[in-house]
Amino acid sequence: MKSAIAVCCVLAAAFLIAPHLYGNRSLLFSMMTFVVLAQGLNLLYGFTGYLPFGYVGFFGTGAYATSLLVLHTHVPVLGCVIIGGAGTALVALILGPLLRLSGAYFSIASLAASQILFNVVSNQDLSSITGGPYGLKIDRVYDPSASYLTMLAILLIATALSAYFRFSRFGMALRAMNQDPTSAAMAGINVVRERLIVWLVSATIAGLAGGAYAWNLSVFYPDAVFTLQISVFAIVFALFGGVGTVLGPIVGAILLYALYNAVGISAPQYFEFIYGLLIVLLVLFLPNGVMSLLTRRGVRVL
Amino acid sequence: MSSDAILELRGVVKSFGGLLVLDDVGFAVRPGEILGLVGPNGSGKTTAINVISGVYHADAGNITFNGREIERVPTFRRVPLGINRTFQVPKPFHDMTVRENIEVAAYFGAHSGSARTSSEIDAVITEVNLAEQADALASQLNTNAQKRLDLGRALATAPKVLLVDEIGAGLNPSELSVIAELLLSLARRGIALIVVEHLLDFLNRITNRVIVLGAGRMLFEGTLEGASRNPDVVAAFIGG
Repeated sequence: MKSAIAVCCVLAAAFLIAPHLYGNRSLLFSMMTFVVLAQGLNLLYGFTGYLPFGYVGFFGTGAYATSLLVLHTHVPVLGCVIIGGAGTALVALILGPLLRLSGAYFSIASLAASQILFNVVSNQDLSSITGGPYGLKIDRVYDPSASYLTMLAILLIATALSAYFRFSRFGMALRAMNQDPTSAAMAGINVVRERLIVWLVSATIAGLAGGAYAWNLSVFYPDAVFTLQISVFAIVFALFGGVGTVLGPIVGAILLYALYNAVGISAPQYFEFIYGLLIVLLVLFLPNGVMSLLTRRGVRVL
Repeated sequence: MSSDAILELRGVVKSFGGLLVLDDVGFAVRPGEILGLVGPNGSGKTTAINVISGVYHADAGNITFNGREIERVPTFRRVPLGINRTFQVPKPFHDMTVRENIEVAAYFGAHSGSARTSSEIDAVITEVNLAEQADALASQLNTNAQKRLDLGRALATAPKVLLVDEIGAGLNPSELSVIAELLLSLARRGIALIVVEHLLDFLNRITNRVIVLGAGRMLFEGTLEGASRNPDVVAAFIGG
């Protein structure tokens, strides 16, 4: 647990100091967002084996819930982010029956659910409520510094949760369920309830991140918070680092997002090639992520 | 119902689609008793175990444990009540150590308020003869050891009824002797055992009371010797 606290301290220090050393705060904010999403996805996929292709649906839900609260209530914006996260958990609860599926069926169903959410918010007929295809504008609360700190807080929460899942008795139950749900039930574990808890926690993290992201952008179209690329990035970043660990998604997201910014924006044609190549190499040689380079040598990775 | 039975099945029916796998099955077992469950492949033995342990729910009939109807009780709640099982193909948590396999069951499956202590967990590991491999991953164990780990994981929840599914399959004579002695010691401790087994010699060493299933129906209840003379049982095993 001490090492988890150390990781949180290092992350906090790094992202608090970084804006003073590197001018592009927007890039740092996006990097944090993807670390949060990779970690949030890791909570579900790394610890239960359920891979949600539609994870972005929760991110978008959080963004919209927060923005609508900002527009229609007098709740302070930070409160809107928190309530938006709770609202996302509610949506996840409604989608809870998806957990009856498993494997590819679950992944595809979650993707479909995210597309339904996207089509609802971007529906022209709902423009008076959701802004429809024109999105939402909450520029009256625009505050890049506060939203940056909020995203950093969410990052620390996600990291702490990941450490809890990895080292607690609850985490032990998750590992057991992930390996054999029938045996886990025979060990007295309430598999359905524990899996639902992780699903809600993972969704809430994405919802909170979506809220902070909307706050930071202040003006956004539905595509900006529901694009499938967000899910793909979260999945690839988490897998690249190594799911089921605390450090893996952090390392994966920071390395690959830095690469994305170094190559992807200036030379997107090379970026696609490099990303594709990296994924192929990862699947072939490091299916458990870069963290497995350490675990193979007997290092106990956080 | 025998008044001192800890577990009783009455009229249990289970089908998968149009296939009737258990048809009006009923029997009881008392604390400290070992009941053999035999029959040809596909006769419904493992399905009976699955229905008792809650992996499947019966379509009809009653299952009573300690006087309480449990058909609608989910598996994970039957465990702390005192029902546990092993699997025909052992199902340990492969990426966990032997100790962790036992710990997880002791922590989550023990009766409420009786979380097992570290020394009790050690005692379970020793009882199933895995002390030397306590820190090995379950995936590194051979099949025999994995079966004992399955058994240990069940024992860590302090069961009152233990369902043992073909634990003898694939074991050599000396390993069978060790397992037979272990099962007898569990029965002496008051645990009721229902043992599904094809190895009749092995079964004969631990009990003389068997139920024979054939195509989901109870063909015989009595001694093994009696079963061998029963024409329905002979027909089920040999055909005719």
